[in-house]
Amino acid sequence: MTELRRIWIVVWKDALTERRTKAAFNAMAFFAGLVLLIFAFAIGPDIPVSGPAGQGLLEYIAPGLLWVAILLTGVLALGRSFQVEMENGALEGLRLYPGDRRAIGAGKIIANVLTLVAMEALVVPIAGILYSIDLWSKLPALAGVFLLATLGFAAVGTFYAALTANLRAREVMLPLLLFPVMVPVVLAAVKATFLVLNGDLMGELSAWVRLLVVFDAVFVTVCTLAFGFVLEE
Amino acid sequence: MSHVASTASIPAVQTERLAKRFARTWALQGVSLTIGTGESVCLLGPNGSGKTTLLRVLATATRPTSGQARVFGHESIDDGDAVRRRIGLLSHRTFLYGELTALENLRFAAVMYGLELDHRQLEAALADVGLDYAADHRVRGFSQGMTQRLALARATLHAPPLLLLDEPYSALDAAGLQLLDQFLIRYVGGGGTVIVVTHQVERGLAACERAIALKAGRLVFDGRSDAFRSSPEAAGVGDWTR
Repeated sequence: MTELRRIWIVVWKDALTERRTKAAFNAMAFFAGLVLLIFAFAIGPDIPVSGPAGQGLLEYIAPGLLWVAILLTGVLALGRSFQVEMENGALEGLRLYPGDRRAIGAGKIIANVLTLVAMEALVVPIAGILYSIDLWSKLPALAGVFLLATLGFAAVGTFYAALTANLRAREVMLPLLLFPVMVPVVLAAVKATFLVLNGDLMGELSAWVRLLVVFDAVFVTVCTLAFGFVLEE
Repeated sequence: MSHVASTASIPAVQTERLAKRFARTWALQGVSLTIGTGESVCLLGPNGSGKTTLLRVLATATRPTSGQARVFGHESIDDGDAVRRRIGLLSHRTFLYGELTALENLRFAAVMYGLELDHRQLEAALADVGLDYAADHRVRGFSQGMTQRLALARATLHAPPLLLLDEPYSALDAAGLQLLDQFLIRYVGGGGTVIVVTHQVERGLAACERAIALKAGRLVFDGRSDAFRSSPEAAGVGDWTR
């Protein structure tokens, strides 16, 4: 019960801090929107794709572009979540509290999931408008895929953000360490998003969703368990 | 303020040949000392003498390179969690969150310490350090002195039997200094053990009955505070004005 309260208070503290420093969230949302806009300008709406669906190239590759935008923006959010802990030495303060440090890890992961989901709730509709994607009819399935992918992203990202928090080159090191590990999640998320948006004629969706579920189960467990070691000096 | 009473027969702090090296520099070299429960100790020494490092080792914030440190019989490395339950650390860094209010910072700390304190108890903790009027103010807008007071309230929220204070007098105004002096008297009177690291030598010696001096990571003086004033080690440890 004590550990559940500790998880909750870490989530509460991070959510409150994020709500009060709106600048960080606004900057992230603006950055994600800008990335999507640059892709839209770079590719343009008129290049056709030779295939049965007959949609434009931009619409065809939209799932990939969307996840690239989410990944780039998410790294900023994850880095920011530990930047807050660096002010006034709060990270060391966390380390010096008694009790199970896994509760701190779990709390930080949940807080980062909430931040990323809030950011996605803003970015996905923007992508829908820019890339002419019909989102509303597929929203429940899409939300499921995004939640699964975001959980894995947040778990691994929180772990590496904590690991690199004390490094001078943390802005560079975080994506360098995180992106290679994220390859299965990105692959599965892009494929699953594509299948939800364009139809699952070959019944492949469940395989990609299973991959996301397995990745989440493994990495949420491993990252939470190992969080105590990351907090060590 | 009451503290863990069952620890009275065990030394609050015991170190054996404690050493800590940062790259090629030895911050601590073979420091062995014992501090009994209920003692107030002023830890003195020039800059770089290892005072803060010793405090950080005791607080489990850093691992010693060799030797042992025990807090109430608990080994600082193998039994770090038990040590952390028994210490309060006031560091150079305040461990506070600027975007949270004073009350919210204490609420966070209380839950992290595993305490179930209600709103009234948290306000009382703020009143103890003279910050009740700023309960709902965000810490980002606090002066250094207010931040120091709040950091003290945070560090002592769980009534730890051992209090480690690193330069507690810095940034405090006259009222803050008086408040801290009274706080320490109450704390030691209640059975607590305190180690104060300071460069304000006279104030530190006045607040503590025992003085320990370090130089280049080595223990050079360990005795009563009165005796320290006339010792050869007294020169060069800091500011003697109050």
